[in-house]
Amino acid sequence: MNPVNYLYLASLLFTIGAAGVLIRRNAIVVFMCVELMLNACNLAFVAFSRMHGNLDGQIIAFFTMVVAAAEVVVGLAIIVSLFRARHSASVDDASLMKL
Amino acid sequence: MENLIALLVAAPLLGAVVLLCGGRRLDRIGHLLGTVLAAASFVIGAVLFVDMLGKGAEERTFTQHLFSWVPVEGFQADVGFQLDQLSMTFVLLISGVGTLIHIYSIGYMEHDERRRRFFGYLNLFVAAMLLLVIADNYLLLYVGWEGVGLASYLLIGFWQHKPSAATAAKKAFLVNRVGDMGLSIAIMLMFTTFGTFAFGSVLPSATDASEGKLTAIGLMLLLAACGKSAQVPLQSWLGDAMEGPTPVSALIHAATMVTAGVYLIVRSGVIFNAAPDAQTAVTVVGAVTLLFGAIVGCAKDDIKKALAGSTMSQIGYMILAAGLGPIGYVFAIMHLVTHGFFKAGLFLGAGSVMHGMNDEVDMRKYGALRKYMPITFATFGLGYLAIIGFPGLSGFFSKDKIIEAAFAKGGTEGWILGGVALLGAAITAFYMTRVMLMTFFGEKRWENDADGNQPHPHESPRSMTIPMIVLAFGSVFAGGIFGVGDRFLKWLEPVTGHAEGDSPVSAMTVTAATMVVLVIGVGIAWAVYGRRPVPAVAPRGSLLTRAARRDLLQDDFNHVVLVRGGEHLTRSLVYVDHTLVDGVVNGTAASVGGLSGRLRKLQNGYARTYAVSMFGGAAIIIAATLLMRAV
Repeated sequence: MNPVNYLYLASLLFTIGAAGVLIRRNAIVVFMCVELMLNACNLAFVAFSRMHGNLDGQIIAFFTMVVAAAEVVVGLAIIVSLFRARHSASVDDASLMKL
Repeated sequence: MENLIALLVAAPLLGAVVLLCGGRRLDRIGHLLGTVLAAASFVIGAVLFVDMLGKGAEERTFTQHLFSWVPVEGFQADVGFQLDQLSMTFVLLISGVGTLIHIYSIGYMEHDERRRRFFGYLNLFVAAMLLLVIADNYLLLYVGWEGVGLASYLLIGFWQHKPSAATAAKKAFLVNRVGDMGLSIAIMLMFTTFGTFAFGSVLPSATDASEGKLTAIGLMLLLAACGKSAQVPLQSWLGDAMEGPTPVSALIHAATMVTAGVYLIVRSGVIFNAAPDAQTAVTVVGAVTLLFGAIVGCAKDDIKKALAGSTMSQIGYMILAAGLGPIGYVFAIMHLVTHGFFKAGLFLGAGSVMHGMNDEVDMRKYGALRKYMPITFATFGLGYLAIIGFPGLSGFFSKDKIIEAAFAKGGTEGWILGGVALLGAAITAFYMTRVMLMTFFGEKRWENDADGNQPHPHESPRSMTIPMIVLAFGSVFAGGIFGVGDRFLKWLEPVTGHAEGDSPVSAMTVTAATMVVLVIGVGIAWAVYGRRPVPAVAPRGSLLTRAARRDLLQDDFNHVVLVRGGEHLTRSLVYVDHTLVDGVVNGTAASVGGLSGRLRKLQNGYARTYAVSMFGGAAIIIAATLLMRAV
C-alpha cells in the first residue's frame, strides 16, 4: 500500500482535531481534539519514517506520546479543578484573563 | 592718608548696623549716634579734601585696594576705592548735605517712635551712596547702586501703615529695577568687550571697542540713569516718593539717589564721547524730562510734589549737560552741587512749613506764612532765588552755563536744546514763584485739620532751622565760589575733560536772554497768583493743566501700555499654551490611548481566538516557507 495514503489520513485527522479545538466549547472535547492532533502528527512521523527508511520519525513519535501523557495529566487536573470551581466545563466561560 | 577712604563708607555703615540691630536700648541715643557717624564721614571727607588740594592735579587720584572679592580666572572683581576730584565732589556733597539732613531729622522726627530705625535707614542710604561714588569698578558701583535702591525703598515706605506710602515704596523699587537691569546689562557688555569692569581698565581703552558696542553700553547706562534719576520714561516713581518723611525727600532729591544717574553718565563720559548716538539719546532724555518735570511742577498744589517736579526738571538739565559731552560734563556736576544745596534747603523748608501746619501739604491752604515763620521764609526764599537763577546766586552760575553749553552744541541741535533749556528756565521761574506766593504771601487760607484743630503756624525748633540756614548760605554762595574764575572747571577738568563749544550766540546774549525769560516767568506767576487771591479750591483748568495734575498721564500711560499690555500679553501666551502646547501633548496622549483601546479589544480572553491566531500564524509561516522553496 502506498505510504502517502497514511499522510492523507494524518492530515485529515489533524484538520478534524484543529477544527474541534476551534469550534467546540466543552473543555474535554477540546482536549480530546488536541490529542487527536498529536496523534495525527505521530501518524505522519511514522509514515515518513517508513518512507525514508530511517527510525528518527518513530523515535520522535515516542517522545510525542510521553509529552501527550504528561499533558493529559496536567490538562485533566486543570479541567477538573475548573469544573469544581465554576460548575462548568465550557472554555468560553474561562475568559477572565481579558482586560 | 589714603587708608581713610574706606572709613568714608564704614562710618555710616557701622551706624546703620548698630542702629538697626541694637534694639530699643538705643532709642535714646540712636539719633545722635547716627548723626555723629554721618558727620564723621563728612569730616573724613574734608580731611581727604584738604590733603587732595595740597597735591598737584595729576596726583589727586587716591586709590585703596581692600580685598579681592571674586577671584576667578579671567573674572577679577575687587573691592577697591578710587577717590578723584569727581568722587570727592560727590563725597563732600553727600556727607555734608546728608549730615545736615540728619540734624534736621532730629527735630522733624522727634515724635516718631521709630526714630532710631529712621536714622539707621538714613545712615544706610548715605553709606550706599558713598560706596557708589568711590567704587573703583562698575561691579562695586552696582552694589552701592542697589544699596541706594534698597534704602530708598525702606525710607519712602517708612510710614508703611499708610497704604499709599507702602505702594509708593513698591513703585519706586519696581521702576528702579527696570533701570538696574540696564546697569547690569551694561556691566555684562563691558565684561564681554573689555574683559574687566574696573574704571582704570575700561575707560582708557573704551575707544578701542567698536562704536556699535559702545552705543549699546551707553544706551544701557542711560537706562540705568533714567531709573535712578527719574528721567523720562522711568520718572513715574519720583512724585509718589513724596509719601516718605520730608527729610527723606530732601535726601533723595539733593544728595543721594537722583544724582547717581548723573554721576554714572559723567563717570562713563569716555564711553559716551565715543558713541555719538548714545550721547544724542542722553540729550533728548534730558531735554524731554526738563520740560516734563517743569510742566508737572506748575500744576501741583501739593508743595512737595511741586518741588518733586522741579527736581525732575533740574536733573533733566544735568542729564542734558552730561549728554553734551566734554562741553557739558563740568557744568552738569556744578549744577548738581548747587542744586544739592538749594533743593535740600527748599525741601527742608517745605518740611518746616508742614511741621508748623499740622502736616498739611496743600498750598491752597497755606498763605501769609512769612509773618509766622520768618527763618523758614528767609531760607526758602534764598533757595527760591537760587533755583530760578537770580543773578549772583548759585543757580545763576550753574544753569546759565548749561544753557550756554546747550547752544554751543552747534547746528540745529544746539538751537533746539538751547531753546528748550531757556524755556525750562522760564517755566522754572513760573512754578517756583507760584510755590513762593501761594505759601508765604497772600491771605491766610488755613483750615482746621481732620480732628478740628486750628493750625498754629510757628517757627520750627533750632535743630531744624540751623541746617536750613547753612543750606541757604550754600544756595547763595556756592555758585559764586565755583563759577568766578572758573574754579570748579579747573578742579574737575583733569577727570572729566573739558572743551569749549562753538557757540552761535555770545555768553552775554545767553545771560541776557535767561534774565528776560526769568522776568517773564516771574511776572506771569505774579499776575496769576500774586495780584489776585488764590482760590481755595483748584479751578478746573485747561486740558494741559488737568493732564499735568495727573503727572502728564504718566501713570495712565504705564497702566494702559505696561499693565494692560502685560495682561494681554500673558493672556495670549496662556491661550497659546492651552491650545497649542497642551493641544500637542494632550493630542498625543489621546491618540495613543485611543489606539490602545482599540488594540485591547483583540484580547477577548477566548482560548479559541488565540488558537486561531496560532494556527493562522503557523499556516502563514508554512506557506511562506513553501513559497520561498518554490522560488
